[in-house]
Amino acid sequence: MHYDVIIIGAGIVGCACARECATAGLKVAIIEHHIPAAATTAAGMGHIVTMDDSPAQLALTAYSRGLWQQLAPQLPASAEYEACGTLWVAADDEEMAGVSAKQSVYTAAGIASSTLSPDVLASAEPALRRGLSGGFLVPDDAVVYPPASAQYFLQQAQASGTVLLQARVIRAANHSVQLADATILHTGKIIIATGADISLTPTLPIQKRKGHLLITDRYPGLIHHQIVELGYLKSAHKLTADSVAFNVQPRQTGQILIGSSRQYGNDDPGLDQRILAAMLERAISYIPALARVSGIRAWTGFRAATPDKLPLIGPTEDHSVFLAMGFEGLGITNATGAARLLADHLLLRPSAIPLTPYLPERIKQEAYAHA
Amino acid sequence: MTHAEVLIVGAGPAGIAAATAAARTSRSVLLLDDNHAPGGQIWRTDSLAPNPRDRHRDAALTSLQQSGAQLLFNTRVCDAPAPGILTTLSGEAITHIEYDKLILATGARERLLPFPGWTLPGVSGAGGLQALTKGGFPIAGKRVVVAGTGPLLIAVAAHLAAAHANIVCVAEQATLTQMAAFASAIASSPAKIWQGIKFRAQLRGAPYHTSTWPIAALGDTHLTSVRLTDGSRTWEEPCDYLACGFHLVPNTELASLLGCTFNGDFVAVDVLQRTSIGNIYCAGEPVAIGGLDAALIQGEIAGLAATDQLQQAQALHQRHATSLQRFVTRLEAAFRLRPELLTLAHPEDIVCRCEDVRFEQLVPYTSWTAAKLQTRCGMGPCQGRICGPATQSLFGWKPTSVRAPLSPVPVSAFIQFDLRTPTAPQEIP
Amino acid sequence: MPTPDAITVAVNGQPLQVARGTTAAAAFALASAPCRLSTTGDPRSGVCGMGICFECRAIVDGVRHVRTCQLPCYDGMKLETQQ
Ligand SMILES: Cc1cc2nc3c(=O)[nH]c(=O)nc-3n(C[C@H](O)[C@H](O)[C@H](O)COP(=O)(O)OP(=O)(O)OC[C@H]3O[C@@H](n4cnc5c(N)ncnc54)[C@H](O)[C@@H]3O)c2cc1C
Ligand SMILES: Cc1cc2nc3c(=O)[nH]c(=O)nc-3n(C[C@H](O)[C@H](O)[C@H](O)COP(=O)(O)OP(=O)(O)OC[C@H]3O[C@@H](n4cnc5c(N)ncnc54)[C@H](O)[C@@H]3O)c2cc1C
Ligand code: FES
Repeated sequence: MHYDVIIIGAGIVGCACARECATAGLKVAIIEHHIPAAATTAAGMGHIVTMDDSPAQLALTAYSRGLWQQLAPQLPASAEYEACGTLWVAADDEEMAGVSAKQSVYTAAGIASSTLSPDVLASAEPALRRGLSGGFLVPDDAVVYPPASAQYFLQQAQASGTVLLQARVIRAANHSVQLADATILHTGKIIIATGADISLTPTLPIQKRKGHLLITDRYPGLIHHQIVELGYLKSAHKLTADSVAFNVQPRQTGQILIGSSRQYGNDDPGLDQRILAAMLERAISYIPALARVSGIRAWTGFRAATPDKLPLIGPTEDHSVFLAMGFEGLGITNATGAARLLADHLLLRPSAIPLTPYLPERIKQEAYAHA
Repeated sequence: MTHAEVLIVGAGPAGIAAATAAARTSRSVLLLDDNHAPGGQIWRTDSLAPNPRDRHRDAALTSLQQSGAQLLFNTRVCDAPAPGILTTLSGEAITHIEYDKLILATGARERLLPFPGWTLPGVSGAGGLQALTKGGFPIAGKRVVVAGTGPLLIAVAAHLAAAHANIVCVAEQATLTQMAAFASAIASSPAKIWQGIKFRAQLRGAPYHTSTWPIAALGDTHLTSVRLTDGSRTWEEPCDYLACGFHLVPNTELASLLGCTFNGDFVAVDVLQRTSIGNIYCAGEPVAIGGLDAALIQGEIAGLAATDQLQQAQALHQRHATSLQRFVTRLEAAFRLRPELLTLAHPEDIVCRCEDVRFEQLVPYTSWTAAKLQTRCGMGPCQGRICGPATQSLFGWKPTSVRAPLSPVPVSAFIQFDLRTPTAPQEIP
Repeated sequence: MPTPDAITVAVNGQPLQVARGTTAAAAFALASAPCRLSTTGDPRSGVCGMGICFECRAIVDGVRHVRTCQLPCYDGMKLETQQ
């Protein structure tokens, strides 16, 4: 059996790539060793968010968010797409002082936003504690349920002929993919989309960055936007220290998803009560009513972090092998954009934004695959 | 932090027997339960007041009170944060309890299977309706159908009849042959106090059907009748309540969180009720569905073994092991689910009650994890305690990992799960 | 005349006298009111009676998602069907 493209990994990124390639007419196989969308994609918050920590990140998130908006009418109800917007809150005047610069950046990128006075903030989210300095609203940001979104991408791909294989890939190089049972599959191109699992690409400088989340029972109307502290960027940027930030999300179910934490050097998927406690304390400090809300389940997930916090999208030195990895905390958002850019590249189509900032070649390394 | 040399979780018969046996030594023994009084499911009451109708219970509770074991109620275990420590919740307060030895006596719950109408108010577990009645609901004069399978059905029907309910009938899915074999097993085993058949006399003439099961509960906003079948004939029984459970499934979530080894669905133990973890013991239903006698004996063995009274423990085991095992096997054989029960749910019937997930939504999936992720089945507050065993029966799925909290807790309580004095992580923005 | 052992609760705003020791789930049953409406709006009441199924969740004194099957009534308790 010969494929045009074999995609390794059926997380949201692999599934989005499969959909883009298959609907463009390519013969695609996607290989997953477990259950589709059950790894990091099942652990993430599903916030579709424009982020301005670098021009390249803003370009990709804005482009990807636009693709999500186009998709929204077709998404099944289970994808729970909700354009609730992101409300960034300023705890003090120093954080508020940064908002006008942030707004200029968003405006220049063509992204709608508005600045909220403390009073407007309080009426937009009455559950927030009093005394905050104001807010910054990005109304077109959204929330999805990632596993169902990935499943939708996969089903679309399958409807266009994509074959889903359940197997573990142990080697991917030079137009061929070897499975754990020694089967070898031949293909034109290979896309590695294995998330935080870098066993196929051990020399890549991708680090696991552990995150905790807690989901509550249903409290419809308690919050209305994804609410994030403006200090979030500071904490998300630290590459060494453990950190927590206030980041809460209203689910369509009326549940509240509480985040977020970042830890390096902890590969244990178990809960770390210390970091979880700090994360929840921080959430309660912003929304005191959360203290008495019933928490149902807490879990962890691993983000795949690159040194410059930008994903790796595009060809490697082995010209048959492409990467779609290293999305850190933005892989749900950027899955649509990354998949489109990769498909454009494979099909030699012009792309809407340049691929250059995300090319793997920027990272010095010897090999991408086991030889 | 509270410390107990022997900590026992669950104050049903197994936990009571364990605490009583352990407290005979001079060790500190703490018995905790999430109810407000001891007794577990079978001896559930509002108070420690004697019950002239159940001298066995009274004797057990008196020994417990005299034993010197400390009792802690309205307290739920929600985490096992480190070896030798459990985290408990009462109200909104968290306490960490340190233990040297731990005895798990967490009992069982009813297996509930989906069928048309099973979510209507008025339909509950068999034990569920009994609990509601013990909780002050006057069942007198109400028409009740008791259905499903297991010895619990007769016990519940007898209890409700004694409270002057009008028992329309008891519908047991097992065949008469199976039941007869079970009845003779009871007569010849030491399990006389596993009440079972003995209650039949107390049913006040209510019909007792074998090979009969419910296929639909009917009504608009409350149950009005139950459709029963014996496989060839189908009929309706007008009623106010349907008490319906399909035998028991063990409560093994805590054992699973602790990392104990399992033997199928049950916690694996040795002759001294020791689990795969050296200082953790397990007794009663989590080890095997064996009824009251097994719970009492295993509880006593665990209590003795955990306090180094090894000879007595071993002697007890030798005296009873064979007959208890035989009883477990007979129970299993007698109340095995008939295949028809697994086809009762129609496509539109709800399987996951917390999240209203319908049978047809689950059909495309091949595993619990995939179905859960894509349909929300098992994602609600019960975390699959009800739909997990149901989907295990219907689809053969094995529910996956248990995580803290074992049941939902207020977010403020979750913060106190952290064992260390609340020190902030290195850097908080 | 209220008996000495009786206490008064409110179920969905309606006063209801119950005997001391009555559980909140039993109070709902006495008032013929469901404990909660399910996520698709169906009326539900307690099933297991032992704190496991979460079908008996209701609003108790303004707090959502309280299990009522193991919760004894107290005088002045406000019970509401949870939507
Ligand atoms: C706590 C947390 C919160 C987050 N919040 C957000 C958010 O709000 N917004 C956002 O945009 N992003 C968020 N993210 C990030 C986002 O979840 C991830 O970036 C995204 O899910 C990555 O998807 P993926 O497909 O690359 O990886 P995965 O979902 O991990 O998929 C990789 C797949 O590859 C398979 N695989 C691996 N190796 C092999 C092999 N050798 N053979 C076969 N199959 C293999 C795996 O089984 C897996 O299914 C968050 C992440 C975390 C941890
Ligand atoms: C937006 C959102 C909302 C959620 N809401 C709820 C909710 O309301 N209630 C709730 O209970 N949960 C909710 N969840 C959480 C979800 O059900 C899981 O609990 C979570 O994804 C991971 O939980 P866990 O680590 O406890 O894993 P589990 O759910 O226990 O199991 C994870 C499964 O994935 C498998 N697995 C592990 N590693 C891999 C891998 N690399 N590749 C493939 N499979 C793997 C495991 O074998 C296991 O079967 C939500 C998740 C999201 C993203
Ligand atoms: S009736 Fe099941 S939890 Fe209360």
